[in-house]
Amino acid sequence: MTRLFRDIFPPVVVLLAVIAATELTVARGWIAPYLVPRPTQILAATVENARELFTATASTTTAAMAGFLLSACVGVSLAIVLSAGGWVQRAFYPYAVFFQTVPIIAIAPLLVIWFGFDARAVIASSFIVSVFPVIANTLTGLRSTDPALRDLFRLYGAGPVASLCKLRIPFAAPSIFTGLRVAAGLAVIGTIVGEFIVGTGLGGLIVVARREQRVDKVFAILLLSAALGIVLFTLVNTAGRLVMRRWHASEIE
Amino acid sequence: MSHARISTNILERTSAELPAQPAVILRNVAKTFPGGIAAVVALSLTIPKAEFLAILGPSGCGKSTLLRMIAGLETPTAGIIEQPHPRVAFVFQDSHLLPWRSVLRNVALPLELRGEARQRCEDQAKLSIDQVGLTDFTHRYPAELSGGMRMRVSLARALVTNPDLLLLDEPFAALDEITRTELDEQLRQLWIARKMTVVFVTHSIGEAAFLANRAVVLSARPAKIALDTNIELGLQRVNALRGEPAYAEVTQRLLLALEAGASRP
Repeated sequence: MTRLFRDIFPPVVVLLAVIAATELTVARGWIAPYLVPRPTQILAATVENARELFTATASTTTAAMAGFLLSACVGVSLAIVLSAGGWVQRAFYPYAVFFQTVPIIAIAPLLVIWFGFDARAVIASSFIVSVFPVIANTLTGLRSTDPALRDLFRLYGAGPVASLCKLRIPFAAPSIFTGLRVAAGLAVIGTIVGEFIVGTGLGGLIVVARREQRVDKVFAILLLSAALGIVLFTLVNTAGRLVMRRWHASEIE
Repeated sequence: MSHARISTNILERTSAELPAQPAVILRNVAKTFPGGIAAVVALSLTIPKAEFLAILGPSGCGKSTLLRMIAGLETPTAGIIEQPHPRVAFVFQDSHLLPWRSVLRNVALPLELRGEARQRCEDQAKLSIDQVGLTDFTHRYPAELSGGMRMRVSLARALVTNPDLLLLDEPFAALDEITRTELDEQLRQLWIARKMTVVFVTHSIGEAAFLANRAVVLSARPAKIALDTNIELGLQRVNALRGEPAYAEVTQRLLLALEAGASRP
């Protein structure tokens, strides 16, 4: 209880202070309200457009989740294949890096041409942005298996499948979760960028609100998408904790 | 003193009952690593069944390489190793447990990898855990145990397959002195109970003298046998032995050989 208090209290104080300071600054006219709206105004805009925002958030959440899950499955599987090393890795790894370097904003229109103006283009965008950290971290984890444990498995005649399932993947779990945590945030970003072009969800709403010069609404949407990223990140983090809760002495108490 | 004499009698009787069949034979074994570093050069050694052999040598002399070759984890670049045991167990310098498995499932691992039924794996594992005195910790995880306990789990994991040949690579080196002597005693008892062949690599003279029936002292790299001696300190050995003159005589002998071997060019 005290620990919860200790962890929650400081950021809440900071948040309240920032909200109060912004409210005051804008109300006093030190910053023009068309640049930064007052927090109360953002709240009003949220309530006013609640129905629209809710539908958009639901659609963005679905797409981000789908993109993230796709990244997780494809990323981990691809890393397992690449971890075979040798020519497989040399031949394909450079193309995995492609996902990291491709400017998503430039490729998004292409995705619309391929998939049309629907959720598939958005999910594809989310996937492209978030898959690389999963591949890279999983690969690092799979390659760092304790050599003594590898010897042990060899000594007891474990085949490649048993080694993979009972040793290499569990051993890589901390790295895999590191990759997934990064991917969770990126999946939301990729979704919003995709929606910019496709015109659905929160990303689509931002475009409209900007055109209408509704800065308060833009802010409301921004905060919602940030919150979505945090929720997804927290989910992944909690999943990781649960999986590895008895691994480390630090996780016990 | 009389106690020591009785023990010696037991030892003689035990060795008389055992067939003199060798467990491991090394003939002119050599190992050169890529890059030209010779770890072992033309080493020949016969290890009889049910012997407790300590291999003693300075750090980096190639004794671990020797042990890994006996285990089949490395292949010699020359020479032959005859080691017909299907059931070999290896204990590493650190416990090397799987942190995501409980003590029970860690110990059951070797049987599981050999495709034994789950129930049998767990029954055998429980017996093995019992033998190292960790019954109360069966369902704990490695992170919840002390270093000494983890090492005991590692030992239980090695024993679970009922090995004919147990290879240990400086297993207690990272532990504190008290835990270490405790585990030495326990290992000695396990050896007496199980009658398996044990090869124990260490750089501790005291440990070799306390544990083994025979010690081979290796010289600095490339490893050659500097001394091959029997250690006649009785079958049952308790910690008090470390204060006896006979023990001091053995450690002195081993120390001299170790020093002579280390100074070799």
